[in-house]
Amino acid sequence: MTSLSPTFPWVNGAKDDYRVCGVTTLKVDMHTERLIIANAVMAVICLVLGGISALLIALTRWQAIHLLDATWFYRLLTLHGIDMLVAWIVFFEMAGLAFGSTALLNARHAAPKLAWFGWILMTVGGLMANFVVLFDPQSIVTFTAYVPLKAHPLFYLSYILFAVGALIQVITFFINIVVAKREKRFEGSLPLAVFGLMTAAILAVYTLLEGAAAIVPAFFWALGMFEVYDPGIYRNFFWGFGHPAQQVNLAAMVSIWYMLAQMTVGIRPVNEKFSRLAFILYLFFINLGSAHHLLVDPGLTFAWKAVNTSYAMYLAVLGSMMHAFSIPAALEIALRAKGYNKGLFGWLRNGPWNEPGFSGLVVSMILFGWIGGVTGVTIGTEQINMLVHNTLRLPGHFHATVVGGTTTAFMAFTYYVIPLIFRKELKLKKWAVWQPYVYGFGSALVSLGMITSGLQGVSRRNWDITFAGVVPGTVNLTLAIFGIGAIIAVIGGIMYVTIVLVSILTGERKEATNLLLVSGTNNPLLESTKLTDHQMEDKQNQPKGTLVMVFAFLVWFAVYYLSNWWLLGRTWFIK
Amino acid sequence: MLAPEKIWWKPMGRMEKTWLTVAFVWCVFLTVMMPLWYYMGKQNVPTETYKTSPIQFNEKVTAFVEQYKVGEDTINGITLPVVEAPAGSDVYLRASTWQWYPILQLRKGEEYRLHISSMDLQHGFSLQPVNINLQVLPDYDYVATIVPTSTGEFTIVCNEFCSLGHHTMIGKIIVKDLGE
Repeated sequence: MTSLSPTFPWVNGAKDDYRVCGVTTLKVDMHTERLIIANAVMAVICLVLGGISALLIALTRWQAIHLLDATWFYRLLTLHGIDMLVAWIVFFEMAGLAFGSTALLNARHAAPKLAWFGWILMTVGGLMANFVVLFDPQSIVTFTAYVPLKAHPLFYLSYILFAVGALIQVITFFINIVVAKREKRFEGSLPLAVFGLMTAAILAVYTLLEGAAAIVPAFFWALGMFEVYDPGIYRNFFWGFGHPAQQVNLAAMVSIWYMLAQMTVGIRPVNEKFSRLAFILYLFFINLGSAHHLLVDPGLTFAWKAVNTSYAMYLAVLGSMMHAFSIPAALEIALRAKGYNKGLFGWLRNGPWNEPGFSGLVVSMILFGWIGGVTGVTIGTEQINMLVHNTLRLPGHFHATVVGGTTTAFMAFTYYVIPLIFRKELKLKKWAVWQPYVYGFGSALVSLGMITSGLQGVSRRNWDITFAGVVPGTVNLTLAIFGIGAIIAVIGGIMYVTIVLVSILTGERKEATNLLLVSGTNNPLLESTKLTDHQMEDKQNQPKGTLVMVFAFLVWFAVYYLSNWWLLGRTWFIK
Repeated sequence: MLAPEKIWWKPMGRMEKTWLTVAFVWCVFLTVMMPLWYYMGKQNVPTETYKTSPIQFNEKVTAFVEQYKVGEDTINGITLPVVEAPAGSDVYLRASTWQWYPILQLRKGEEYRLHISSMDLQHGFSLQPVNINLQVLPDYDYVATIVPTSTGEFTIVCNEFCSLGHHTMIGKIIVKDLGE
């Protein structure tokens, strides 16, 4: 066994220590390393639990198979939402925040005990939620637990514990940054990736507070301490948590996109101001999106819905469209600077497609933007939402964003966390090369199957739609596409979990010697390989191909958006 | 990693500016579409809402059924009244686990004020295959002013999870032509 590099105390004689990463030359606090590992392990456990339920519920909705009975279907649907949408992603983000607030700044973890306390609360809350839903039939209330559907009080308590734990870990992110600044661990502005993670962390704070506003009263209501809990108020606060929580994912995912692009191709952001402005737009406007879930609710006015659902004026969408240009453009410049200059897309053909960090990034961006973003903006349009609310088009949208987008990116990032943080040799590299494609293809089919089913009126969260008796025959086809997609995505998920487990359990414990996993030995993070100003500004290297791509994206966006108005215009008159 | 230069506040390049402008114009277009449709379109989300209670709403439904009942039909083996009110009037639809009550009979091209509320949990009004979807809450009397533009039998699916029998919650609206 090769020896690991030594650790050094931050302060002479103190127990808190760090190591210097041989690949990135970053100082990694040992508390941070252990926290990242703990959070990542819980994330993967939740992913496994959520993945098992994903397979079983998808095989139930695939009408030809219709696997589970109704009770188990709704039970696992509840679990799937909790384990995937919240637990897997939030645990992973906590690992990311610990990393971003210390290692990326060469700083120490200033509040490790507090962070561990948060982790324990999250773990207890997450496991408790699984336990309660599995063993208490009353708590089969789906992820949203809409009042007055009443679950066991422990169900709400598990949400509260998890959220408080997450809030505590988020607070340690801010503590770390303040301490790092005070101790002069870094100079000047925060790096872009940390800036993005900071956006995610700020969003997380008010997201979790709104969650408390919905769930804490529900807990006391379930205990019988008061009688009436207004369902409209609950929905408003619940989605103040539920929707912005996805924006936390968005900001974290975009930060990881920038990191993956940096690690695999060695990009420099085209314009720091441009990218940071895009994050600022998220910060100010994205919280309004909670209205997306209330568009066809009674009791709200048109003006309220229109202003909120459009993020004031689609300004958060503008933020995403800016990143959609900025990241591919940076990739294009970096690849062109390497000499891949042929035509509009020669650089793209010559990207490191066998490097999971690169392929994961591209798959994630395509699914997130082209499917998730476009459908999201469309169904979040006040009037169009009438065609979509609670149909399968809705999960079709967010499986493209959260599964195809966020989860693919997080999975790809994990492959670098294993050698750099776990300090284990990555095993099954060939699998890792294929995994983003398999997983991305599967989730794309899931989304498309759901969207096309929903277009035909199939509701979400429904054990057997044939009761309705109005289902056209093509629904069987689209539901089958969804089911087949789910099987492929689950295979991709199994590949991921296998790679992670085999690496952690059997990989040699050693220092990483190389940043890239399969596509060479170049290290884009070193100062010597950094793109020069001249390369960034060279006429030859300008992102012409990206400009063509974003305009193609806009055309597709417009076609999808306008065809939905056309569909709306054909239905009954209503006001 | 990705550490910025000392001074990163630099003017944007031509391509960034172009894309930012185009994207912003698109965002403005998206914004304008909603008020435009609100004033010009025929399909808008209903906003008229009244506070009610399950008991109060149920009284209205019962009175409505007594006054305008024209026949009976069965759904899931349960006999339900078929109710036809004159064009332009208020019609009532009651959601409860797991039933839509009563069966409504409407005339094509006529306007109705459709009141929907729930007796217990949250439900989802999903009219198929027209594909109009509205949220139904207890204590809220949601009024949708509708004009059926097609004839036939339409199914109301509940598309909000309302505990274990949720998928069996099916209702019906019948639309006839004026001549029939």
